[in-house]
Amino acid sequence: MMRIDCPHCGPRGQVEFSYERTLDSVVTLDMEPAVAVARLYARTNPRGLDDELWRHGLGCRQWLVLRRHRVTHAIESVAAFDPAVHR
Amino acid sequence: MGSLMRYSAFALLRGGLTGQRHWPRAWRDPAPRKHYEVIIIGGGGHGLSTAYYLAKVHGIRNIAVLEKGWIGGGNTGRNTTIVRSNYRQPALHTLFDFALNLWEGMSDELNYNVMFSQRGALFLGHSDSDMTRLAERGDALRCAGIDAELLSRDEVHKLVPLLDMSPDARFPIHGGMIQRRGGTARHDAVAWGYARAADRLGVDIIQNCEVTGFSMVGGRIAGVETTRGGIGADRVGICVAGNSGPVAAMAGIRLPIEAQTLQAFVTEPVKPMIDTVVMSQSLHCYISQSDKGGIVLGGDPDQFPSYAQRGLPPRIEKAAAEAIALVPALSRLRMVRCWSGTTDMSFDGSPIISALPVEGLYLNGGWCYGGFKATPGSGWCYAHLLATGESHRLAAPFGFDRFAVGATIDEAGVGFMPQLR
Repeated sequence: MMRIDCPHCGPRGQVEFSYERTLDSVVTLDMEPAVAVARLYARTNPRGLDDELWRHGLGCRQWLVLRRHRVTHAIESVAAFDPAVHR
Repeated sequence: MGSLMRYSAFALLRGGLTGQRHWPRAWRDPAPRKHYEVIIIGGGGHGLSTAYYLAKVHGIRNIAVLEKGWIGGGNTGRNTTIVRSNYRQPALHTLFDFALNLWEGMSDELNYNVMFSQRGALFLGHSDSDMTRLAERGDALRCAGIDAELLSRDEVHKLVPLLDMSPDARFPIHGGMIQRRGGTARHDAVAWGYARAADRLGVDIIQNCEVTGFSMVGGRIAGVETTRGGIGADRVGICVAGNSGPVAAMAGIRLPIEAQTLQAFVTEPVKPMIDTVVMSQSLHCYISQSDKGGIVLGGDPDQFPSYAQRGLPPRIEKAAAEAIALVPALSRLRMVRCWSGTTDMSFDGSPIISALPVEGLYLNGGWCYGGFKATPGSGWCYAHLLATGESHRLAAPFGFDRFAVGATIDEAGVGFMPQLR
């Protein structure tokens, strides 16, 4: 099981968190439909590192950005989601 | 040609006189040729059945199946072996029922015992609303000529006496719906049977041969690069569910697919105690008994992207807790193995059997956690696509472009969130 180091709560078990989607598939209301469709449905799905949006639902309930390896499950970084930076 | 010996009771008896030492290898181990008409990437059940029907139905003999590991070592050998066709969406139940008809003749067709056992596939209903939903689905299936039978609480109890039907049961049982033609099959045998039958028709099955890239000429596919050298091909079919994303990425294509992990579990073998497939879709709990006697359990996916092929303990706990709540007698059994497969989670829960934007390149993937039951139908439709360049009528709704135009086939109605499926 993964241990996720929440920037707000400290290290917690993975069961407290839920995966939402990859960071590059976040869609905003001002996007052109073609761009939104590409972001939603055309995924890189790599066998390696990717940036993912997670939520600490059974903790502080904040959105987090995890950089995580999809084969080893090693977590490279956890950051608080910041709409000014992450979009 | 490799094995020309036909498997039969007589051959077995004859072998009894000679210590069973007369059996030839089941399929050849050829070196890759320079060029094939069709290359199929992926030697699982779907890839091998595709090769078989390409040779058998469409008469193409110049075919290779490339497998990075060994035949059936991926998801084909990791599922819970359940076969049924009772989906709600017409596009899905039509395709899966076509497959179920092929399952019924598979052992004879392949001259290989796949141990297909039509022991019935039972969905439990835990509430009035569950029963309404099952009745509605059953009506839709019967309108399509697919068998579905709504069962009362007593009928379910009679069928599976070990279910907890007590007044304080954790998951009360109000009734169920059964597809009597559903059941289980031996999953390895399906891969081996198709491999042997395809080999007999001249298909080259090349194991330990990982595709590392595509070669293109003028924007068209010209072949594949592999760990055993370059191999030319007129057409290439990707059939690697679990790894569709990384393989398509080698051709510069992004897919509406995310890889996740699904676990399964088996207990120590015991005498026959559950003679049907018991499923609860409200709980995501799947219980059946293998021919060896082990109780096979399936549960929820791990619900985040992963290629690890190993699952997390909370899922094991949940599946065990649900199974024990439904069938309390299971609490005395020891779980002897758990394992995981990488599921190719598409963004509407339905497969993709389609041409891709690169000419000559095709995809069969996105089967989520339900591909095993489709094996013969998937191969049949994919063979049609690879042979003719046209979608088979049953696969026409499963195009790669359906997402952009909103023509998704979403059985669960949760959209592009595979972890909610």
